[in-house]
Amino acid sequence: MGKRVLLIEDEPNIIEAIRFVLSRAGYAVDTHSDGSTALDAIRVKSPDMVILDVMLPNRSGFDILRDLRACEGTALLPVLMLTARGQKKDREMAERYGASRYMTKPFSNAEMVSSVADLLGG
Amino acid sequence: MQRSGLTGSRIRERRMQIGLRQSALARTVGISASYLNLIEHNKRRIAGKLLIAIGRELNIDPNLLSDGAEGTLVEALREAASGLAERAEDLARPEDFAGRFPGWAGLLAAQHHRIVALEHTAEALTDRLTHDPQLAASMHEVLSVVTAIRSTAAILAEPGEIDADWQKRFHRNLYEDSRRLAESSQALVEYLDTASDGGSEGGLTLPQEELESWLERSDYHIAELEGNGGADVNGVLAVLERQRVSSAALVLAASYLSRYAADAKAMPLAAFQFAMTEIGQDPAVLATRFGCDLAAVFRRLASLPRRAGAARIGLVECDSSGTLTVRKPVEGFSLPRFGAACPLWPLYQALGRPMTPIRMRVAQAGRNPTIYLAYAISQPATRPNFDLPQMFHATMLILPEDVAGRDDSQPVLPIGSSCRICPRADCAARREPSILTDGF
Repeated sequence: MGKRVLLIEDEPNIIEAIRFVLSRAGYAVDTHSDGSTALDAIRVKSPDMVILDVMLPNRSGFDILRDLRACEGTALLPVLMLTARGQKKDREMAERYGASRYMTKPFSNAEMVSSVADLLGG
Repeated sequence: MQRSGLTGSRIRERRMQIGLRQSALARTVGISASYLNLIEHNKRRIAGKLLIAIGRELNIDPNLLSDGAEGTLVEALREAASGLAERAEDLARPEDFAGRFPGWAGLLAAQHHRIVALEHTAEALTDRLTHDPQLAASMHEVLSVVTAIRSTAAILAEPGEIDADWQKRFHRNLYEDSRRLAESSQALVEYLDTASDGGSEGGLTLPQEELESWLERSDYHIAELEGNGGADVNGVLAVLERQRVSSAALVLAASYLSRYAADAKAMPLAAFQFAMTEIGQDPAVLATRFGCDLAAVFRRLASLPRRAGAARIGLVECDSSGTLTVRKPVEGFSLPRFGAACPLWPLYQALGRPMTPIRMRVAQAGRNPTIYLAYAISQPATRPNFDLPQMFHATMLILPEDVAGRDDSQPVLPIGSSCRICPRADCAARREPSILTDGF
């Protein structure tokens, strides 16, 4: 069984594509689509890393990231942030809140696989 | 150097144009050649009879020699130069430049005006890009679909076998996303078209903007609601309805027009204008004369018909949340289209101190800030009720100083439009970085 990745994203077809490319690369991919229950999903599934969209229904990805970093058990969990907004402000916020890496939509599949591999130590 | 210095350069240029010697011209008009030389080099002022005589000898209208026509040009050059404080010494004599190179000076002034206009456009567009919820949602939708299409298409295009079921699924996803992309792109283009037309009929303009666009056409003065014939609010609403404004805009218009009619009844136009000539335009004095509250007087002052050439009076109102509910813009005082305005505005100071009249001189940050006299008051918007929060409504009148009269004894409070487009670096009220200093 490969390392476990939890993808928190609300676009069904993005979820499907990412799940496919990461599974093909040998990772076990779980998904979750709602911002308000994302923290619970992370606790329950206990993934090796999280791919977190910024604009989620009901709760912003930045708020979720901030809570993750404030909790001892998830403070060091690798988090790859995804957003459709490439603004400087968002990049700064992602860094300030402790994102391990930041990726702007649209991204390539190769970029996604390579980032996940880097964050999970190859 | 006086502005009339330009006249000397024009005299010299015209004299040389017709091939007249300096000494000959000086002799004809009865002055020494050395004095004419000083005039021509803008070292002596010239006007009156001497200017008329020189004009006659040079066969040119003296007015064309004087600085009247160039005044605007020189002012424009001064304005352009004011943005470059570090080169102030080199740029200190715009009259000379305009006199020696009128064509280049005209070009520079025209380009300066163009830059200022483009800066305003950039500010407005930036404001839209950063705060318009409709545009942000459209852009997010487009980028999300593009991401899905790119990832899915790459999976299908990459070498290697894909299970037939997955292949079928990805083809279906591609088809769905391409349709979504077509629809969301079309909606985005329609929205931008509507915005660039400034129209109110496209259905994507906010109801408040529809009302403001309609009020703008009459300069916020509604003649149909003035006079003794009885205010016909329904008649005006029927006109709006025929213009196919949205139902939400009609609701806002009904409320605005009813209040306008009540103000017009309490402060009839002729009596109000007469009172202004008799007792001045201090809103507090006018409020006492007509037995009205200050907010009503602010609204009445901002709805008066404007005399030709007179400066416009601005008005903004906000509810208890600080949301701007009325925006009558005035040149040089930028009102944000989306999001919150500058917390330093007297409007918000009034909101924090209900029933306390506030009067302040203010100036927004900018290349050449204009000073305004702002009056503000916050009044209860709901009746007192022990079971409900008390709501307030704040109103701010914005008077350009050439309307209000200048009073240098009072300090000027530097303010902004909204934090996103405000360049002031050290502002205690700042709530988010400025794109003018920090970039996008």
